[in-house]
Amino acid sequence: MAATFFGEVVKAPCRAGTEEEEEDEEERRETPEDREVRRQLARKREVRLFRRQTKTSLEVALLEKYPCSKFIIAIGNNAVAFLSSFVMNSGVWEEVGCAKLWNEWCRTTDTTHLSPAEAFCVFYHLKSNPSVFLCQCTCYVAEDQQYQWLEKVFGSCPRKNMQVTILTCRHVTDYKTSESTSSLHSPFLKALKTQNFKEPPCCSLLEQPNIAHDLPAAVLSYCQVWGIPAVLYLCYTDVMKLDLVTVEAFKPILSSRSWKGLVKVRLDAFT
Amino acid sequence: MFVPCGESAPDLAAYTLLMPAVSVGNVGQLAVDLIISTLNMCKIGYFYTDCLVPMVGNNPYATAEENSAELSTNAEVYSLPSKKLVALQLRSIFINYKSKPFCEKLLSWVKSSNCAKVIVLSSSHSYHRNDLQLCSTPFKYLWAPSVQKSVQNKSHNWEEMEKSPCIPEINDSEFCIPEGGNTKTLCDEGRSKEIPLAVLLKFVSKGDNIPDALGLVEHLNEWLQIIKPRCNDPTASALLWKIPSSWRLLSGSSLSPVLF
Repeated sequence: MAATFFGEVVKAPCRAGTEEEEEDEEERRETPEDREVRRQLARKREVRLFRRQTKTSLEVALLEKYPCSKFIIAIGNNAVAFLSSFVMNSGVWEEVGCAKLWNEWCRTTDTTHLSPAEAFCVFYHLKSNPSVFLCQCTCYVAEDQQYQWLEKVFGSCPRKNMQVTILTCRHVTDYKTSESTSSLHSPFLKALKTQNFKEPPCCSLLEQPNIAHDLPAAVLSYCQVWGIPAVLYLCYTDVMKLDLVTVEAFKPILSSRSWKGLVKVRLDAFT
Repeated sequence: MFVPCGESAPDLAAYTLLMPAVSVGNVGQLAVDLIISTLNMCKIGYFYTDCLVPMVGNNPYATAEENSAELSTNAEVYSLPSKKLVALQLRSIFINYKSKPFCEKLLSWVKSSNCAKVIVLSSSHSYHRNDLQLCSTPFKYLWAPSVQKSVQNKSHNWEEMEKSPCIPEINDSEFCIPEGGNTKTLCDEGRSKEIPLAVLLKFVSKGDNIPDALGLVEHLNEWLQIIKPRCNDPTASALLWKIPSSWRLLSGSSLSPVLF
């Protein structure tokens, strides 16, 4: 229990998560109508992949439908802006699918013309090399939807011969360090990689006790468990909204061996 | 589901499985961290599940630069073949309504692996103790009859968890483990699957629960003799539990001097 500033006694959230006894008690007292409401809510929260042009659903997982050698996933406004500016402008990309989902924090848009202010999750492949995929995801995928997202995108047969790169941002206040936080020069990049990712990352590795969360963590966990080479680049920034300085912090990734040929933009034009 | 690190699934027949309940103060999880770190247990696989919130980080038990870059996920399995010990570590909380399905899937895997017994390290909130419990040891146990037979050393100061009414004044006593997380679900599932399952728990308050975890592993060690004390003095805490490197900065980053 805890007291608020106004003296009311409230139940404080437990560090160990939701009370199991409360959930068990709820399930025992559930009526058929409650179960139906819960089923409908679960159906509303389902992640679906479809093609916006034809408005048809993808019947199989995206990467089971198409062969994939490289998959780059940008999660969050700044990571998406980085891929748009440096990678998507360097080639011709064709949309192959779009994720539709709803949760308490966002609803993805159905419109064909996306604006940066909207929440979306769109998949593209490179026309000149259709095994190279890219995902631009600005919507928040809730914890109960992350596993579904993985199943709809990667499918049930993990491929070890593809390489996955994930880009995302976290607020610099999430970064734990024994140094004074005022000495941190944000934005800065940190990496986490799976066991089978052999290429040296473009920045230093994320030190314990720091961890990654949400969809980036779900994708990287999937890759680690199934032996897929993957790297997550985390940009710690003090500006989570769209910010040019944060976008440019991802630039060291452009010199990765695996990104050769993907980027045709002259880097010195931006310095 | 269990996914081995290597090509084939390891043989866990007759092994003792240690696992945490995700409970108040995360005491069980801290205790399992101490065991894995001290015994330098080797990772043998992952428990890949949609029931736990995803998280990843580098090796939480790193001792040197060379082994600091191994990625860890939210549910991993470690083993120590010399002591026929296997440990499951859970590093995040359950997604809503997924605790029971997780316990069902986990204990099905345990049954098919033919483990000798399962020991759940757990905790319960100390403010829920009744008058009797307030005067007695904070360490309690619960175990299936099949496990009780295998407990040789009865000299420890252990007490069985009392049954108490979950709702005061209502005479329907059963095992009530307030803020024990999935402890009770594991007990119920273990009973229904006839798995030899034991629970060791401590009554704790939330806060810095490292001393509670150390107390719990020392109690476990009285039974399992995982590590031998350094000297014969039973009063001295001569056991050396290795604190994992990931336990640094538990209270967050250092404060900026600009504040003062």
